[in-house]
Amino acid sequence: MPAVSKGDGMRGLAVFISDIRNCKSKEAEIKRINKELANIRSKFKGDKALDGYSKKKYVCKLLFIFLLGHDIDFGHMEAVNLLSSNKYTEKQIGYLFISVLVNSNSDLIRLINNAIKNDLSSRNPTYMNLALHCIANVGSREMAEAFASEVPRILVAGDTMDSVKQSAALCLLRLNRTCPDLVPMGEWTSRVVHLLNDQHLGVVTAATSLISTLAQKNPDDFKTSVSLAVARLSRIVTSASTDLQDYTYYFVAAPWLSVKLLRLLQCYPPPEDGAIRGRLTECLETILNKAQEPPKSKKVQHSNAKNAVLFEAISLIIHHDSEPTLLVRACNQLGQFLQHRETNLRYLALESMCTLASSEFSHEAVKTHIETVINSLKTERDVSVRQRAVDLLYAMCDRSNAKQIVTEMLSYLETADYSIREEIVLKVAILAEKYAVDYTWYVDTILNLIRIAGDYVSEEVWYRVIQIVINRDDVQGYAAKTVFEALQAPACHENLVKVGGYILGEFGNLIAGDPRSSPLVQFHLLHSKFHLCSVPTRALLLSAYVKFINLFPEVKGTIQEVLRSDSQLRNADVELQQRAVEYLRLSCIATTDILATVLEEMPPFPERESSILAKLKKKKGSGTVSDIEDSRKERNVNANANVNGSSDHTITNTSAKPPPSFACDLLATAPPPTNRPRPIPSSSMLHTPLTPLSPKAYTPQPVTPTVPFYQVTSSPSSDLLGLGNSSAVNSASPPTSSHAASLLVDVFSESLPVAALGSASAHVIEENFSRFVCKNNGVLFESQLLQIGLKSEFRQNLGRMYIFYGNKTSTQFLNFSSSVVCPEPLSSQLNIHMKAADPVLDGGAQLQQILNIECISDFVEAPVLNIQFRYGGSTQNISVRLPVTLNKFFQPTEMTSQDFFQRWKQLSAPQQEVQKIFKAKHSMDTEITKAKIIGFGTALLDGVDPNPSNFVGAGVIHTKTIQVGCLLRLEPNTQAQMYRLTLRTSRESVTQRLSNLLSDQF
Amino acid sequence: MIKAILIFNNHGKPRLSKFYEHYTEDTEQQIIRETFHLVSKRDENVCNFLEGGMLIGGSDNKLIYRHYATLYFVFCVDSSESELGILDLIQVFVETLDKCFENVCELDLIFHVDKVHNILAEMVMGGMVLETNMNEIITQVDAQNKMEKSEAGIAGAPARAVSAVKNMNLPEMPKNINIGDISIKVPNLPSFK
Repeated sequence: MPAVSKGDGMRGLAVFISDIRNCKSKEAEIKRINKELANIRSKFKGDKALDGYSKKKYVCKLLFIFLLGHDIDFGHMEAVNLLSSNKYTEKQIGYLFISVLVNSNSDLIRLINNAIKNDLSSRNPTYMNLALHCIANVGSREMAEAFASEVPRILVAGDTMDSVKQSAALCLLRLNRTCPDLVPMGEWTSRVVHLLNDQHLGVVTAATSLISTLAQKNPDDFKTSVSLAVARLSRIVTSASTDLQDYTYYFVAAPWLSVKLLRLLQCYPPPEDGAIRGRLTECLETILNKAQEPPKSKKVQHSNAKNAVLFEAISLIIHHDSEPTLLVRACNQLGQFLQHRETNLRYLALESMCTLASSEFSHEAVKTHIETVINSLKTERDVSVRQRAVDLLYAMCDRSNAKQIVTEMLSYLETADYSIREEIVLKVAILAEKYAVDYTWYVDTILNLIRIAGDYVSEEVWYRVIQIVINRDDVQGYAAKTVFEALQAPACHENLVKVGGYILGEFGNLIAGDPRSSPLVQFHLLHSKFHLCSVPTRALLLSAYVKFINLFPEVKGTIQEVLRSDSQLRNADVELQQRAVEYLRLSCIATTDILATVLEEMPPFPERESSILAKLKKKKGSGTVSDIEDSRKERNVNANANVNGSSDHTITNTSAKPPPSFACDLLATAPPPTNRPRPIPSSSMLHTPLTPLSPKAYTPQPVTPTVPFYQVTSSPSSDLLGLGNSSAVNSASPPTSSHAASLLVDVFSESLPVAALGSASAHVIEENFSRFVCKNNGVLFESQLLQIGLKSEFRQNLGRMYIFYGNKTSTQFLNFSSSVVCPEPLSSQLNIHMKAADPVLDGGAQLQQILNIECISDFVEAPVLNIQFRYGGSTQNISVRLPVTLNKFFQPTEMTSQDFFQRWKQLSAPQQEVQKIFKAKHSMDTEITKAKIIGFGTALLDGVDPNPSNFVGAGVIHTKTIQVGCLLRLEPNTQAQMYRLTLRTSRESVTQRLSNLLSDQF
Repeated sequence: MIKAILIFNNHGKPRLSKFYEHYTEDTEQQIIRETFHLVSKRDENVCNFLEGGMLIGGSDNKLIYRHYATLYFVFCVDSSESELGILDLIQVFVETLDKCFENVCELDLIFHVDKVHNILAEMVMGGMVLETNMNEIITQVDAQNKMEKSEAGIAGAPARAVSAVKNMNLPEMPKNINIGDISIKVPNLPSFK
């Protein structure tokens, strides 16, 4: 007799389902459903009490309607009633409805909870199971709150039936997943571990799942499970296939449990206990051996089950990554599967090998299968499998096989499925760059990528090739030649036009000697593509044209003609129009020198992680953000920067304002041009579409009105700077420690101690500096973008300063870096250590940096804090003088009147005293003055001076090398609004400095 | 963890859907459609695993499916499950259905969706595998049927009598439904492959 007999179902239900199935159209179906919904609604609302059978029938109908994709917004109450029924059939259907239809935040949960509570305590295993199922399937927080303590109790209670234990284990697992905070570990944990020894394999399976999940969060609590799991696994693996009876599946002993146990072991490192470890290795070897035995059945289920265990064992071997012999055996086994006739096995083998390739023991072994993998790339019928093959090729790639793999991937790309093309493009681009021995190959590869799959070449990829060409002198000529040739094709991808435009604009001069690629030919070639391109590409081409004007004066007329045409000057697109107008004007009025400066070659890009890699990582996640918009904005800002920076033409931009501190930045840190051996200085910061990858590229160029280009390059000091600067940019060291600004100051300070220092520090902001002489906390600097706050403490000759950088905008600051510069001789007088700041400062966020300061000897100058970051499109440079002053290292000294005057007399040499008479700048309030003197660091001595309105102070300056005692006297004259300050110390320089610092305060 | 279990026919009509994570009704329907779209376009004899659709979590999840005659059985699982293990689980599920319904066919799933749910509940609970032993599962299902019968014996008799009489007028009712282009009755479980 069949377990479910047909025909004794609910007739009304059958009729309804048949009706629906006979509906000829969607409309008819909806009509029939609506009719039924109305019917059920009226039945539920009707005053006549429905019997259980009818309720069950209607709920089943609702379930069916729900399955067809229609919302069910009633019937819940009836379901709750069914759930609370004493009849199994009704209860069951009630639970079914709830678990299918009720979502976790429904108000009904509270009503249901009550019924569940009753069923859990009913001691009827069927009812308990229904209740546990319901908790596990709904898994809401409210349920967790109600049952989190009850479920573990059921799980470990001695008298619980096996089937209920199983359900309780998984129910607890679910609650732990949804609300881990509500399921506290407790004394039940150790008893759960012992369920691994249970007689009933179903209980063991459920318990293993539970422990695996719990062990991931609290590995220590479940450490004991390792030995039990190994023992259990060993018993299963060595058992005869008939031992486990019902749990033997197609001649494989308990495959699911074995898989779960092997998973559990992957939560832990290899067992430390030698015996357990040996036993586990034995198990794994047995599993590997069994794979070689002839199959006990021809059925696919047999091999599936066997291989499920085998793959899990291999995963464990890879996870442990400690037994070379096992790893190599695993690799050989996977190698066999690579050519197995079963597609599933080939798929899984490729997938497992990917993880195996990263192990040092087996990387070489994996590589031996390269031909097979390449072959599967070519011959597999299934895209999922081909995708795994691509992944594996990527994982096994190294310098020895990169060329082969890249070539194969490229040729596969021609026929690859559209869904995986972009990923392959990214992978090829990364491998080509990572393993490029000569960069001509790299350039060829990327151009091939664009040719084959131009649509799938994302911006990151073509940005990157340009980045690399710019940074490598040796490949520039080749790149120019190659793009020139590629552009000859009658139809070429727009991305190629972009790369071509950029590279010819920068390096077209390198191939201009050949009459076949003369400047005019180059220009006409580019311009022939112009009208087929989108606006951003056209904008880029316009920039290339203006660079041509600089590179090749002979084509100036032709290009001006083009720029002047109505289609450019009156282009509907504001960006294109603006560029045409500006470039035309620039080419007309600027002298050659200015043109050469403005259109200077792009500086090298800072070395950094490939943006493509980030893209690949991101790819599987959320969709890409639109970079074009950003780069557009940045371009505007930069175009402006240039235009404003050059002194002798009058174009002004209306579309964007330069960032507030721009002028200051330009003066403070403008790096001189690099002196690279090139025929004509040519470069463009106007080529700004590349913004996303090059913050440094937009460092303002040295286009200052006062320092014309040629003067800079001819002076000896700027040669030095040029070298220093280029090495700074090229150096691979992290950006936080060596950025152009700090290096610039360093170079200055070492070679040109006095004059240069003066000019460099002239732009250091110090307006708030004097406020900090008598206090330690406050706001040091504030602009529209950034606020810098300080908190500092000093003890003896040591100090610690907390610098807080607040981003006042809503936009991230990128490449944020800061450094502290101590010009000579300060660098030998103060030791300052600073931890590097986080490079990203989120909008509205604050960043803290700690400065440790040690005073070696007395000093006069103050250190300078240089900050650099990228906001919008431009790099911001801010230099602020840090209020580390000599008086910070005061220790106050209390003394009597007698002592004071005795010491005062000892310091009577003329160079030991400084006296200053000055006008009061603030109101002469006694209390404020007292506070200032105390804030200055000295002790305020009362009753020392015979005149009570005078102030007297004493203290000792602590430095590492010497200590300097200091006495001071301040005499206010309220009528004249004047002060007289007298300071005596044993050291002339100290006296002078302290006097200057303090006299500024009143 | 198993995120969802879906059964639909060759035309994408859902026959069973069980989600172990919460989605809105709308999203559930979209997931079913998306999954059908992904699975149905694949040839026979390709591999049984593929990356999940965007709606159910993208490439972090796998779809593991089997195609039996008119029905697709699709399990959507995360990376913590063994692919081959799930594939065998689908087989156990189908074999169990086959035993319970005697040569299961699509119609059985349509008219006894509650029973199918109950059988599934004996195997998978809250997204985790509960029981894989077919005999154990069938024992549980049998026990439930017995309880159902005994209750029906007492309370359901009148309704049953009426229904029996009505059934006499429609002797072939469930078996003779016009199912248009779908041929359903499968002689026996086709051996996979």
